[in-house]
Amino acid sequence: MIAADVIVKCLEEEGVTHVFGYPGVAICPFYNSILNSEIKTVLVRTEQNAAHAASGVARMTDRPGVCAVTSGPGATNIITGIATAFADSIPLVVLTGQVNSELLGSDVFQEADITGAVESFVKYSYLVRDAAEIPRIIKEAFYIANSGRKGPVLIDLPIDVQNTPVKSFKYPDSVQLRTYKPTIRGNAVQIKKVVKELNRAKHPIICAGGGVLLARADDELRAFVERHKIPVVSTMMGIGVMPTEDPYYFGMVGNNGKPYANRAMNEADLIIMVGARVADRAISQPDLITRDKVLVHIDVDPAEIGKNAVSSIPLVGDADKVIEELMEQEIDGDYADWVRTLTSYKEAYKPNKYGRKGYVDPAIFVRKLSLAMEDDAVYVADVGQNQIWSCANVQMRSGKFLTSGGMGTMGYSIPAAMGAKIAAPDRQVVAVCGDGSFQMSMMELATCNQHGVPAKIVVIRNGYLGMVREYQHYTYKDNYSVVSLDGSPDLAKLSAAYDFTYLKLAKDKDIDAKIDAFLKEEGSVLMEVIVDPLDLVK
Amino acid sequence: MKIKRIYSVTVENRSGVLSKVSGLFARRCFNIDSLAVGETDDKLVSNMTIVSSGDERTLEQIEKQLNKKLDVIKVKTFTEQECISRELMLMKVKYNKGNRQEIMEMCELMNASIVDMSLHHMMIQICDTPEKIQLMIRMFKSISIVECARTGTLALQKCLESEGN
Repeated sequence: MIAADVIVKCLEEEGVTHVFGYPGVAICPFYNSILNSEIKTVLVRTEQNAAHAASGVARMTDRPGVCAVTSGPGATNIITGIATAFADSIPLVVLTGQVNSELLGSDVFQEADITGAVESFVKYSYLVRDAAEIPRIIKEAFYIANSGRKGPVLIDLPIDVQNTPVKSFKYPDSVQLRTYKPTIRGNAVQIKKVVKELNRAKHPIICAGGGVLLARADDELRAFVERHKIPVVSTMMGIGVMPTEDPYYFGMVGNNGKPYANRAMNEADLIIMVGARVADRAISQPDLITRDKVLVHIDVDPAEIGKNAVSSIPLVGDADKVIEELMEQEIDGDYADWVRTLTSYKEAYKPNKYGRKGYVDPAIFVRKLSLAMEDDAVYVADVGQNQIWSCANVQMRSGKFLTSGGMGTMGYSIPAAMGAKIAAPDRQVVAVCGDGSFQMSMMELATCNQHGVPAKIVVIRNGYLGMVREYQHYTYKDNYSVVSLDGSPDLAKLSAAYDFTYLKLAKDKDIDAKIDAFLKEEGSVLMEVIVDPLDLVK
Repeated sequence: MKIKRIYSVTVENRSGVLSKVSGLFARRCFNIDSLAVGETDDKLVSNMTIVSSGDERTLEQIEKQLNKKLDVIKVKTFTEQECISRELMLMKVKYNKGNRQEIMEMCELMNASIVDMSLHHMMIQICDTPEKIQLMIRMFKSISIVECARTGTLALQKCLESEGN
């Protein structure tokens, strides 16, 4: 037995089913050992997508997604994927091969200081110098990645360490980390303060972020909202916490959110932020919005509280536990008038009309697509105008909405959807991207084919990097710079090349029929949706 | 308003920890006024004394972000009044017959000592509060400093009766 076998055994102990990656010499001992395991390997076509695919797995399963790539360019290529996971607090365990320990620091072939390079995008990283430490390190890595505020952990494995002969294997039962003890339960005194504020408040609002979903606290939150009839808005990462049609849900906040959601935040006298960073796209002026209100900030990461907005009542803890604790409290506020007011704002809202005649209206398309999808389907939105149209119009029931919210990494949707489908083969998974983001990840169509993963991909095509074009429209008076996607491939031919069924939706009147055909297709299918090149999200 | 704060940070004595901590300051645009690192009585543990300044919110963020680092065991923060702080400086100065006596008198006044000497140079050592070190530099600017090296501030919280046994 060599250390690489030990690594594989550790992954088995952690219940890992799939490893996404790309081999190279420096990680070959591991990829040789994994042949003797039930764990399946998925060869992505570029390393960044290994991290996105693993992110899809993590978001579907509650467990860290796992990637394994080689040293040097393999390791540096995966950094964007790691950073994407870090920004959205997605648990990953990333194994990177490394050159021989004795050569470390001498700039030999395919050597990169990956632990140094990735430091600001990981929760923790290890450079393994002693094979005997592998079980402890892997045990710790999974624990760190998937507890507290979740995130990626990287383990750098020099090839000689992987090849070290090992006599026996024992996986530790527990971790001993004196420096890491995340606070899970909310402080009882702070909980009481929240209750007092809820009793006093006339216009409370809950703003739910991705942390609610990461803590699997969506059911608790829905129950809490239903019991006390408190209105809820969400951030982009919080989409799916509440069903879209729930009478207490008032949409996504932020500069790309619903005006009535932002109005609800502005007119509230008490904001309860749960698992949200208060980042600029959601709350552009945190100091203004909290000036005349009480802000309760619930987050598992104490550093998020008070970072972007000064909170009146900080409450550190896991959203799941904190809401459970809040459920045990007597709260006698009556917010019926406030809910009526917000409902009237919502009803008065007139959605944007998109598209000139002869193009598909992306808002109608997203709405109809998500309504036609199964109740618990997974909608994976990419980044760009397609993301904003998706966020604004997706109709959530009990499904999931996955996207790269924090980092805004183009090309996320196809590999993430592939990972989600692998993790949950019985669920309907649809990736919606633009023609820009599609071309950043279209090589993964081959990965889907190779591993028998039926993919459903929508490409909203406008021939532009639409989000940037829109910015240039407003900021530079239509002086477009480097946003045209001329030269893009014929998607019908491309689909044929990859053996995907191809559908083209070019007219509003065909929306229902094409969506129906798209969703009914059993194999992999790509639907091109032609929207007005000059459409704006605002 | 800019406030000065001292962070006494105990960390795991592992390679790369210093760069993780200093990288955190650089990345989040926190100031480092001074940084001193060394092993403690436990060779598995190092202590970093970091002096920083900023508004109250920034100073709070520094503490929280330091606490997030998995190699950080404990973060203590205090104001200058709450701790004893010391800095060590070695300073090489050029002297001549005319000012030798003056230098020696100044060293005596400042509680500094001359630790090395050649025909034209002497090395002075001073261990004192950061303010005194600053003053020492000012005093010797007129005499001609050849070079000097400072440790950065080391600080520990003052001994309190409430600390117990």
